[in-house]
Amino acid sequence: MTIDRSRTEVRAVDARELWQAEFDQAQKRGVEFTSLSGAPLQPLYGPADVPGEFESELGYPGSFPYTRGVHPTMYRSRLWTMRQFAGFGSAKQTNERFKFLLAHGQTGLSTAFDFPTLMGYDSDHAHSLGEVGQVGVAISSLADMEVLMGGIPMAEVSTSMTINGPAPIMLAFYIACGERQGVDPKLLRGTVQNDILKEYQAQHAWLVPAEPALRMITDVMGYCAKRVPQWNTISISGYHIREAGSTAAQELAFTLANGMEYVRRGKAAGLDVDEFAPRLSFFFDSHLDFFEEIAKFRAARRIWARKLRDTFGAKDPRSWMVRFHTQTAGVSLTAQQPENNIVRTAFEALAAVLGGTQSLHTNSMDETLSLPTEKAVKIALRTQQIIAEETEVAHVIDPLGGSYYVEALTNRLEAEAERYFAEIERRGGVVPATEQGYIQKEIHRSAIAYQAAVERGSKRVVGVNCYAEDEQGPTIELHKIDPAVEREQHQRLAELRKRRDAAKAKRALDEIRDACKSSDNLLERFVAAAHADCTLGEIADVLRAEFGHYKEPKIL
Amino acid sequence: MPMTQRKIRVLVAKPGLDGHDRGAKTVASALRDHGMEVIYTGLHQAPEAIAEIAAQEDVDVVGLSILSGAHMALFPRVRAELAKRGMGHVLLTGGGIIPQDDMAALEAQGYTKLFGPGTPTEAIAKWITAAMEERLKNQGAQ
Repeated sequence: MTIDRSRTEVRAVDARELWQAEFDQAQKRGVEFTSLSGAPLQPLYGPADVPGEFESELGYPGSFPYTRGVHPTMYRSRLWTMRQFAGFGSAKQTNERFKFLLAHGQTGLSTAFDFPTLMGYDSDHAHSLGEVGQVGVAISSLADMEVLMGGIPMAEVSTSMTINGPAPIMLAFYIACGERQGVDPKLLRGTVQNDILKEYQAQHAWLVPAEPALRMITDVMGYCAKRVPQWNTISISGYHIREAGSTAAQELAFTLANGMEYVRRGKAAGLDVDEFAPRLSFFFDSHLDFFEEIAKFRAARRIWARKLRDTFGAKDPRSWMVRFHTQTAGVSLTAQQPENNIVRTAFEALAAVLGGTQSLHTNSMDETLSLPTEKAVKIALRTQQIIAEETEVAHVIDPLGGSYYVEALTNRLEAEAERYFAEIERRGGVVPATEQGYIQKEIHRSAIAYQAAVERGSKRVVGVNCYAEDEQGPTIELHKIDPAVEREQHQRLAELRKRRDAAKAKRALDEIRDACKSSDNLLERFVAAAHADCTLGEIADVLRAEFGHYKEPKIL
Repeated sequence: MPMTQRKIRVLVAKPGLDGHDRGAKTVASALRDHGMEVIYTGLHQAPEAIAEIAAQEDVDVVGLSILSGAHMALFPRVRAELAKRGMGHVLLTGGGIIPQDDMAALEAQGYTKLFGPGTPTEAIAKWITAAMEERLKNQGAQ
């Protein structure tokens, strides 16, 4: 068929056919035209791809179903919070990094802990060997927390703490630390990740099995609703699910399924949904597939609003809103030609902003090699500042709303998430689906599929399977942790155990043991134990003794 | 019995507290696809436990995956625990987030080759196969 372009007046349907014919005949590049998640993509989207009513599917910013954003003004009132995740070495070193970031215009703190802390071991435990201060800061006691927050006005900053299994204990240290600074817990603002379900599924830093862990989470929700009302009690996280290899749709589906499980548990514990749901927040990955990521953020808002209002009967609009933090995708970064990571991170950060994030962490270029240097962190922060101050993208709310492509993707992701919700339901809910290894297997399947696509060259990674160069080691400076940190932590703990009132500490641990056997609020006991200078490991040991250990299902 | 009759047996292990297992599981699956018998330890393994499993399963290769920065403390301990159990002969390898000068130090200690991020699984499988063939040849020459 030849295409007659000379006709100037053609009906719309003819024009579409003409284009299609021309498209079909043309030579195409030899790559797979799929999303990063492997979903097929049309070459063109149009009105026929976006059925549905504008009002009910999108609404207006700040109103149900929040597809376009949770605030009526979005970034015209306030930019997103620039929150760089930081933590390494000792509490003192991380305190210095916090002050460095605040001095360069960062507006909130975000704490990374080391593995012993994340697993509920003190720095001097046998399992902590070689790990102290490596991937985050070592915090074993209230005394360490006081050093971490030293000279930082806790009533003024908001602090995010990425910790899960021992999250209620770390929150207790934070509350007690505030009290020692003379700050009323009612004034404390921040977030504790406290999302144990995704730990079993993807991130793998747990303390005790699911049921007692979920009980502690409802204890945190109940305690904070009354005493720390500005605190976000769970940051329901897709980030780790995605980083473990999931697709965008799986990240969306598993995260929201976990969120709904927390809502069910809160209600089952006798809490009013509108008492705790407004304090649930979310945390997503922003990966390289620009439009798919933007659609994912929009779909998350719409799904959650519908579920909370229609399934869980929440009446307070704040319960319906997905407020979320975003981190750019660590897995998208390459060890090869590491400076290119600055560019990847900038695209991912832009997607998060166009998707309406409330706060953002941008990764540093050197993170596939080591913890970031100050220079690399500053470039990452500046990347956000350039988006905010120079590109003018923050002036218009949901600027891609109405794009046929983005709306079609948003609808597709919502439908895929619904299919996963039904499958999880069929398996008896999120906890059985996780204990059976179903969610882990789904994630693993996607990870393998992506790796295979990279190895056969159908997914391209610059510097890895295309445009590769012979490289003689990293061309950038690396940040290394001094092994002295581990020795100093041992000393600090020994001194603490000698200095404290031993009888008082023992009493506080006994009271935790009793509370494990009853339905008393455990967070309340943890705060008392923090003040009695009980250590993280001592408290966690009581929990492990009372509740047992989590056993990882075999999926391989 | 000539060793070629037997499939290469590999233990993929996660020492320490780090929970990042995407790489370990991806490599384990790929080695299986290349016809090896692969045992995966699961997460959070102490060096003693890794050596114990290696001995019980009588593996030819131990591959450690670590992204926590604790490699300089844990890798030498795994090696020592293997030697204690008469498993000093196994082919030791591994990968993860390991700075290059640390890689060189560990390779000098007997970790024949360590792989960094972005390595194709194909390259790892080929390297193991070639290293095992090399060993077999040397054994035959003795």
